[in-house]
Amino acid sequence: MKLFSIFIGAFLINNFLLVKFLGICSFLGVSKKTETAKGMGLAVVFVMFLASFMTYGVYNWILVPLKITYMSTLAFVLVIAALVQFVEMVIKKTQPSLYKALGIYLPLITTNCALLGMAVINIGEKYNLIESMVNALGAALGYMLAIVLLAGLRERMEESDNMPLAFRGLPISLVTAGLMAIAFLGFSGLKLGGI
Amino acid sequence: MDINNLIYPAISIGGMGLVFGIVLGYANKKFYVPVDAMVPLVREALPSANCGACGYAGCDAYATAVVAGDAALNLCSVGGKATAEKIGEVLGVTVEMANPKVAFVKCKGTCGVAKEKYVYDGIKDCRQAVIAPGEGPKACNNGCLGFASCVRACEFNALHVIDGVAVVYKDNCVACGACVKVCPKDLIELVPATQEVLIECNSKSKGKSVKDNCEVGCIACTMCVKACPTEAITMVNNLATIDFDKCTQCGLCATKCPTKVISKPLKDRVNMSGATSK
Repeated sequence: MKLFSIFIGAFLINNFLLVKFLGICSFLGVSKKTETAKGMGLAVVFVMFLASFMTYGVYNWILVPLKITYMSTLAFVLVIAALVQFVEMVIKKTQPSLYKALGIYLPLITTNCALLGMAVINIGEKYNLIESMVNALGAALGYMLAIVLLAGLRERMEESDNMPLAFRGLPISLVTAGLMAIAFLGFSGLKLGGI
Repeated sequence: MDINNLIYPAISIGGMGLVFGIVLGYANKKFYVPVDAMVPLVREALPSANCGACGYAGCDAYATAVVAGDAALNLCSVGGKATAEKIGEVLGVTVEMANPKVAFVKCKGTCGVAKEKYVYDGIKDCRQAVIAPGEGPKACNNGCLGFASCVRACEFNALHVIDGVAVVYKDNCVACGACVKVCPKDLIELVPATQEVLIECNSKSKGKSVKDNCEVGCIACTMCVKACPTEAITMVNNLATIDFDKCTQCGLCATKCPTKVISKPLKDRVNMSGATSK
């Protein structure tokens, strides 16, 4: 039950994009088309899941024993950057089709603050390994949900010729994202045990 | 101050960096995917318009396809002959250039010449107007609506709406086909750039209703078919159609056409409206 609570908590209630406002850059940058939003979302799911595992290991098996947990931010950035690079190389070689789908989004994720946020939150909440990974999975799927939703709305708005000129493009996207965030606040009423 | 406070972070973070560096360096060798050295060279020769006229997702995709041998060298209509030759130089082969093409709008039903069914006051866009009752305000269902969807689609400033009908400026047109895709009436066609004799109408209606709706519509009288010495013109769906391979551009058909649908349109229209091509 705790795991389920963590998952739903990260997926909806504390949605990274719309409630915690992490990773906003890619939220607006890659949400012009549903297709690319999907690719980005999948890449985030993939990398976040792996990164939660790696950052947990680095924190608990290197930083804690050495009592240098204040170095966590630097260590996590290092780990995530290296991990993304490594994953990119591996799938480029072994899974060309997957690389084609994720390829161009993987480097983008290196600098995605949602990833770092996820790692820091895992530590702050004192999650164990399984809980960390469930939290990461929920957060990443929540990211994908939000970005695909916004991309769908933006695609629809592109078609509209009624929009005032001043609102076209980014302004209306920001307004939309804000409205989506308000809508997602509704989930904070969900009562889950263990949160 | 404990000296360990300095040493531990330095060693652990530095060590991690070293380990990751070695792993990545090893992975780079181990998982190396050979990239053809030609690709960047071909990519440089392309004009970076990323218009997709070649049929690939962009200049990068086209360069990859060219080097892989999947694509012809002369597909880039933006760069045209110069680009094809540059690619040929890079790859060390000679290139035969396909006939350059230009977009052509098959309608000359300008304001007053073509009748309107009603006054359209909606969104000024062809794709919106075409879903209005009767497929738009023009009495002719195959005519140019003149709301300039193609003009906005054109990235090369080659299209302008003059007197209610879109006109292509041949000099600017690179035949990327963006306007062809956007026109809801399928009025725009890519024709050989050298082709001057063209049927400037798209109406598939019978002669009588064409005549009622527009002064310059093809009424399918077959005068041109009979006049053509090389049998290049056929009547398809009540519309004269020129086979560009057979046409010698003698212009006999244009002199016979009673509604003056056949003309040397690109040049004539620009003169008629007083505008000059940029």
